Amino acid sequence: MHFWARTVNIFSTFHLKTWSRSACQCHNQIRVKPDNSSVVTDGVKHSMNPFCEIAVEEAVKLKEKKLIKEVVAVSCGPQQAQETIRTALAMGADRGIHVEVSGKDYETLGPLQVSKIMAALAKKEEAQLVILGKQAIDDDCNQTGQMTAALLDWPQGTFASEVAFDGDKIKVVREIDGGLETIMISSPAVITADLRLNTPRYATLPNIMKAKKKKIANVKPADLGVDLTSRLEVLRVDEPPQREAGVKVETVDDLVSKLKDAGRL
Amino acid sequence: MALGGCRSFSALAELPDTHQILRQTCRDFADRELTPIAGRLDREHAFPLKQVQELGAMGVMAMEVPEELGGAGMDYLAYSLAVEEISRGCASTGCVVSVNNSLYIGPVLKFGTEEQKTEWITPFTTGEKVGCFALSEPGNGSDAGAASTVARQEGDEWVLNGTKAWITNSWDAAATVVFATTDKKLKHKGISAFLIPMPHPGLSLGKKEDKLGIKATSTANIILEDCRVPLGNMLGPRGAGFKIAMQTLDSGRIGIAAQALGIAQASLDCAADYAHKRIAFGAPIGKLQAVQFKLADMNVAVESARLLTWKAALLRDSKKPFTKEAAMAKLTASEAVTFCSHQAIQVLGGMGYVSDMPAERHYRDARITEIYEGTSEIQRLVIAGQILKEYQA
Repeated sequence: MHFWARTVNIFSTFHLKTWSRSACQCHNQIRVKPDNSSVVTDGVKHSMNPFCEIAVEEAVKLKEKKLIKEVVAVSCGPQQAQETIRTALAMGADRGIHVEVSGKDYETLGPLQVSKIMAALAKKEEAQLVILGKQAIDDDCNQTGQMTAALLDWPQGTFASEVAFDGDKIKVVREIDGGLETIMISSPAVITADLRLNTPRYATLPNIMKAKKKKIANVKPADLGVDLTSRLEVLRVDEPPQREAGVKVETVDDLVSKLKDAGRL
Repeated sequence: MALGGCRSFSALAELPDTHQILRQTCRDFADRELTPIAGRLDREHAFPLKQVQELGAMGVMAMEVPEELGGAGMDYLAYSLAVEEISRGCASTGCVVSVNNSLYIGPVLKFGTEEQKTEWITPFTTGEKVGCFALSEPGNGSDAGAASTVARQEGDEWVLNGTKAWITNSWDAAATVVFATTDKKLKHKGISAFLIPMPHPGLSLGKKEDKLGIKATSTANIILEDCRVPLGNMLGPRGAGFKIAMQTLDSGRIGIAAQALGIAQASLDCAADYAHKRIAFGAPIGKLQAVQFKLADMNVAVESARLLTWKAALLRDSKKPFTKEAAMAKLTASEAVTFCSHQAIQVLGGMGYVSDMPAERHYRDARITEIYEGTSEIQRLVIAGQILKEYQA
């Protein structure tokens, strides 16, 4: 099970902003807090959300192709969010913005609040493109990109497995249930990265060294005029039921009647 | 390297940001690219060519080399972290990284002319080519001063004759640093260092040794029969070979200590994970004090050796004397990994003895660290020599 820490967004822009996010690492044992309010995040190692890594990689590739001018990595969260920004800088982002959110605000920070921050920053920085991971692997919300586009009234290319610039339009191939859908959207736009968009690079050592000199600006949500109040109240968090032993049956009829007994049919 | 933290040793308590990112990057690489294939590389004795190329692209194959020459321009602390994380995934790959960085590039970087550095270092920074270090002979390992390989000058060439033994990377290398006697009467002060490309007329390789561990690396004799190289292939001044070898090994020891730490950590990880999952006597075996004491002793051994390794690296980076500390690091780390890998098998019991679990590979990989680049016995002599100097009246 994964759990999210805080969002790290990376804007890549021509000015491109990519949004990357920290999430708990896969091999952590996740436990629910005794008061069932949420899961325990203290002492749990967080790292950049895998879809966000893909978003950063795409942004850096676009810059290497000289299609965009500057990649800005954005993260919302407490002090530790800076580590994720530095990783993005080491991968090739030009500068970072750390939006400080901590304590209670951080606990209730969700896609709506983050997308408000993203929209405000995108306007402030005059970004032409915002790239996010399609979802975070801990809460699986899959909302931030879509909400950001709506707040900005920008077109969106979500679940992108391919992004290409075509004149003044952007061609996005989207992974959908039925297969692949190709859309043409105009910029400025929001794109969310899906698994097959690219394979993120390992930061090279010289780039890790160079990242030290790159700037990370500190910003507060209030500076952006964003209200962090949550519209959601989490009532309860429970662990999944313990897996129980299975039952073997002799015939198909037995199976059907057992399923009916269990209310499954 | 521009890291003020090094001088104050605060890096021992908490690594600087760049080093933390570097460590995580190498760990991610090891977890994703090395750990899944390490067992197969061991079984097939297969050189990790693709992974070495990828590490080269990241800068890991030439970490200390300045950027102008194609390297990563980092310090030895960073190098120790990288080798440890790589070795934790695959000890053989860690060995290739260490030999290329410390034993091949190391002496050329320190003692080479600018032309030699461009010719013999730059192509070896990308992972496309690796080098090796030929000091030991069938007749002498620890007794390095007794080199019987000879080099005589004939016109504008050096002609080398002799056999070198136990050369790591030999079958995969594109060049070697070779030590040969140019003036027998001067004994160890008559040894010089040479650079020879591979393959090369007059240089042939013996059979690949069938080793206990680090099986994905090639180890063989290098046989020199009237092997001719231009005069410009001498590395450093004539007669400086022994000094070059000893100084190279001082740094190499930090690399091997790091390799040992990686294997030791992998053993500890394996044992601790098993202790959580294996149920016996009605509970996970991690509840038993016998197992707890082993895990504690393993962790203490690894962590103490790690701090010694970092200290040696920091001293070297601050350009302070580090011979004793490097020897101490190599000694403690190699003895720690022998201990940890042994105890990891013990914790796993029968499962530790079969190839389904990596514990048996760690045990086999660990053993060489007490032998190469100076046996544990030699390390003790080096340390004692330094102590006696310090206490001289």
